[in-house]
Amino acid sequence: MKLETTGVERREGWTGLSSEVLWKETLPGASTWSHVLKRRTALRITAGGDHANVGALLLNADNFSERLNLPDTLKAQHIARLTTGAVLYSDMARILCSITDDTLGWHDPLGGCSDAAMVEAKYGPLSYQKARNNWHQNALDGFLIELAKYGLDSRDLMMNINFFSKVEVGDDGGMRFVPGHARAGTAVELRAEMNTLVILNTCQHPMDPDPKYRQVPVELEVKRVAAPGADDVCRSFRPENARGFILTERYFL
Amino acid sequence: MPDAVLVESPRSADEAIFAADVLAGDSFVHEIQRGQYVRIVDLEGNQAVDTLFYSSDDYADRYSAQDTIRAQQNIYLTTGTKLISTARNVLLTIVADTCGRHDTLGGACSTESNMVRYAIEKRSMHACRQSFLKGALQWSNETGRAMGKRDLTANINFFMNVPVTPAGGLTFADGVSDAGKYVELRAELDVVVVISNCPQLNNPCNAYNPTPVRVLVWAAE
Repeated sequence: MKLETTGVERREGWTGLSSEVLWKETLPGASTWSHVLKRRTALRITAGGDHANVGALLLNADNFSERLNLPDTLKAQHIARLTTGAVLYSDMARILCSITDDTLGWHDPLGGCSDAAMVEAKYGPLSYQKARNNWHQNALDGFLIELAKYGLDSRDLMMNINFFSKVEVGDDGGMRFVPGHARAGTAVELRAEMNTLVILNTCQHPMDPDPKYRQVPVELEVKRVAAPGADDVCRSFRPENARGFILTERYFL
Repeated sequence: MPDAVLVESPRSADEAIFAADVLAGDSFVHEIQRGQYVRIVDLEGNQAVDTLFYSSDDYADRYSAQDTIRAQQNIYLTTGTKLISTARNVLLTIVADTCGRHDTLGGACSTESNMVRYAIEKRSMHACRQSFLKGALQWSNETGRAMGKRDLTANINFFMNVPVTPAGGLTFADGVSDAGKYVELRAELDVVVVISNCPQLNNPCNAYNPTPVRVLVWAAE
């Protein structure tokens, strides 16, 4: 199993060299964003500062009942962390997005998202009326509001990813958030294998013990990329993924 | 793995107000009132019992694997674990466990994921999400309350052993359960339980032999 992010692997999988950048934008901290990432395009997310965290939900944009299934994703690839080579499976055993490049080595599939009570307990109350857009926001409400824009609601919540964060699991099952994991300038790239509704939220990780409320921005870059080749780093990451790509390609035939 | 703390229940099967055996490959849906106790017994050992819970008042408020493991800072479920919902309510508490650990990261098998995990030709083999859907649709028909695919989310696998390593690996290890081991929960709200007694024939952790389990319910104290 390829678990280490080596330079060689990055070159094999990296689609950045031959791609065409469509646009770039900055997503501020504690904010929510969504976009239907089209098949054959990719989203590169770059940490705009240390302590970045990006919660993510993924749905098939052509059929919202199909969405990211992290248990299937972890089980199929025998992983409890996400990095280059890993693919993000839907509940229908298709690949929504592939992780084609990662300069960090570990993104968290376990920790979930913050909620209003947790944020108030940790950082204190701070309203929009007092602080305008520096008010204290939480990831769950951000996700629910963004889902609602597509006619979706709390029944459509799923286990979320936290890009740029690391939660280690000890032999006894204990979970530990690793402070200082994300560094400014580190990046992860998602290549859409299906038209994917990507919902992102930049609130802090719910297990981050940092007592300071932070709004760390990320840079987003959307680009056109080539179809995965026969030797694609994600296709060859696991034999399971070769089958996952076959099933995904059949969906578009 | 450190030695698990095993806790037995004081309740006797003779005093249960409800008992049902769920055969391998079958689904089971049942309402459990606040304060009642529900026990699941692994009758023959190393059987996976894929389980979901919903608040009876609002099925959108349902078991959340990530919120549950984060709240206790541990990925394994055992005695003392509070099962947290998506709206951050405590649905049930595990009050007894003679197995020692239960999984909530491995999810439920499906005909689709079997194609990825084993072989594309495996599509027609029976799977948990077939049972979940059958149970949910039947429950909807009986009660008039909608429950369907959107409601099927990351589940608990009672009696399954799915270790995660410090390096970020995840494996399906041999079971730690055995014939007669059980887990018992107290409902903290009125809840609906949806069970698929796993029919998986491709995974050695049940010795390729899915077996029945028993569900018992006791009245509130």
